[in-house]
Amino acid sequence: MKPALAPSPTTPRFRETPAIARRHRQEVIARRLLGTTLILSLVPLFAILIYLVWQAAPVLSWGFLVESPRDGMRSGGLWPALLGTLYLVGASLAAATPVGVLAAVYLNEYARPGRFSRLVSLAVINLAGVPSIVHALFGLGAFVAFAGFGRSILAASLTLAVMSLPVIIASTTEALKSVPQSFREASWNLGATRWQTTRHIVLPNALPGIFTGIILMVSRTAGETAPVLFTGAVFYKSIAGGDLFAYSLLDQCMALSVHLFTVSTQVPNVSDALPYAIAVVLVATVLGVNALSIALRVYLRSRKNW
Amino acid sequence: MKPLRRSIFDRLPEILIEGVIRLCGVSAILLVFGIFFFVFREAYGLLPGGDFRLGHFLFDTHWNPASQSGPAYGTLALLAGTASVTLLSMAIAIPFGLGSAIYLSEFCVPYRRETLKVVIEILAAIPSVVWGFIGLMVMNPLIIAVTGAPIGLNILNGGLLLALMSIPIIASLGEDALKAVPDSYREAGLALGASRWQLVYRVLLPAARPGLLAAVLLGLGRAVGETMAVLMATGHSVHVPTSVLDSVRTLTATIAAELGEASVGSHHYQLLFLVGIYLLAITSAFNLAADFLVRGRRRSSR
Repeated sequence: MKPALAPSPTTPRFRETPAIARRHRQEVIARRLLGTTLILSLVPLFAILIYLVWQAAPVLSWGFLVESPRDGMRSGGLWPALLGTLYLVGASLAAATPVGVLAAVYLNEYARPGRFSRLVSLAVINLAGVPSIVHALFGLGAFVAFAGFGRSILAASLTLAVMSLPVIIASTTEALKSVPQSFREASWNLGATRWQTTRHIVLPNALPGIFTGIILMVSRTAGETAPVLFTGAVFYKSIAGGDLFAYSLLDQCMALSVHLFTVSTQVPNVSDALPYAIAVVLVATVLGVNALSIALRVYLRSRKNW
Repeated sequence: MKPLRRSIFDRLPEILIEGVIRLCGVSAILLVFGIFFFVFREAYGLLPGGDFRLGHFLFDTHWNPASQSGPAYGTLALLAGTASVTLLSMAIAIPFGLGSAIYLSEFCVPYRRETLKVVIEILAAIPSVVWGFIGLMVMNPLIIAVTGAPIGLNILNGGLLLALMSIPIIASLGEDALKAVPDSYREAGLALGASRWQLVYRVLLPAARPGLLAAVLLGLGRAVGETMAVLMATGHSVHVPTSVLDSVRTLTATIAAELGEASVGSHHYQLLFLVGIYLLAITSAFNLAADFLVRGRRRSSR
């Protein structure tokens, strides 16, 4: 029996009126409903990833990564595609990073807020929203036909570079903004010019953030298909497994994403596990790079001391 | 006494680097115009003379540009394909995306929120060709088994895939929009005795509405422009759909499917570039509207 005078901590001190009870019920329902939407959005992801790996398991091995395809793409590995993706990502990174970082420097350090800088940021937003297939058309018109690169790694990676430029600009701007204004003011007060301040104070402090954005861009570029499909990718390219310097910039190449597309839609009589294995390698590449970026960001945030 | 101001020669490197920086700054503008210019350049051959009629292009449902006898180039059926897949995906992605955003921003403890945001980021990072592959190999037999449709590559399949692809965009941008509502609004609401849900429903949703709408519009723009997933998962029949189990072909998928077989400079080739311009106009409209909503809001609140 409970003592009559000291109410246990769980008994409400106020009587719940019907209105409060209703409010409480609504609250619980809303919380559960919203939580359910989140869980329902995430469950398919894990179900699908597990299913992919499960289906691909018979084929996955080290040899699968470093061998060339055999037997009309029906067996063997995917080394040429893996290498092609590496080349494409590397070349587009080399093209997009300097332009993107300097564009962000312009937006954040040089441009006065006004109509023109507004126009630039509007252009960046618009560029980010251009569909990937339109980028493919642009690459075909500008780099393959107009500039005369033909269908090549050069044309494809420039197309990818244009595509990833807004991503780099956005992440770099974010990184530059996180450098406190007082750092710049201190530098100016010592007589440094705008570029000296940027070069010696702002960029070094923003470097980790810039780096994170670049890694993120790598993961996006590696998975892109449509722009590469028409500007430089080829169905099959014979390359010795494990050869690192097999492509030149004006060659066409295979790419992991395009390889997945062709094997799963255009090659008849493929064994069941093969396209799954390609998908798993592609997803693992993209997510691995992505995880690197996230880990770096978390580490840097924990280390930041201003 | 030496003048304080340095001579032009000392400052030359600085002037040069500033020039380069300014050039990179305008590169985005140049590229946007460049994209319009180069895509339009390839399509331009159609317009002067010839028997190209814009009304036919926009409002006719027959698409058969490669035909020798009488090429038909009406894009309305393709637009209907894009619209149907996009609408279905948004019908799923808006409640789930915004629901996730609200849960993340208002009902979640911080450490769990960080974990969930990372998972959402991962969901956003999966390449579209992988989604297309999933539609082809996993959803296709699943839809046939569940609905009894003769073929599982249809609006339902593409819509579900696009929904899964748009949810992370809407959720993370929506969460940003909710986070941008000043904490004083929350404190005021709680001080008046509102429950969390009342706070969300009566205070935060109205306050964050432009940002949430912008998130939805950006997700929409992404869904309209999505190529590989719909190319692989919605089938290839060009017609105005009548049910969600119909196969359709979208604007993007048409370009991707036919660009490889159209010979360079042919009418067909030019038409595909014109479809590209059309697509660019649609997605630009969504993006500009989204930007206008966010900026207009920010200016008025100052």
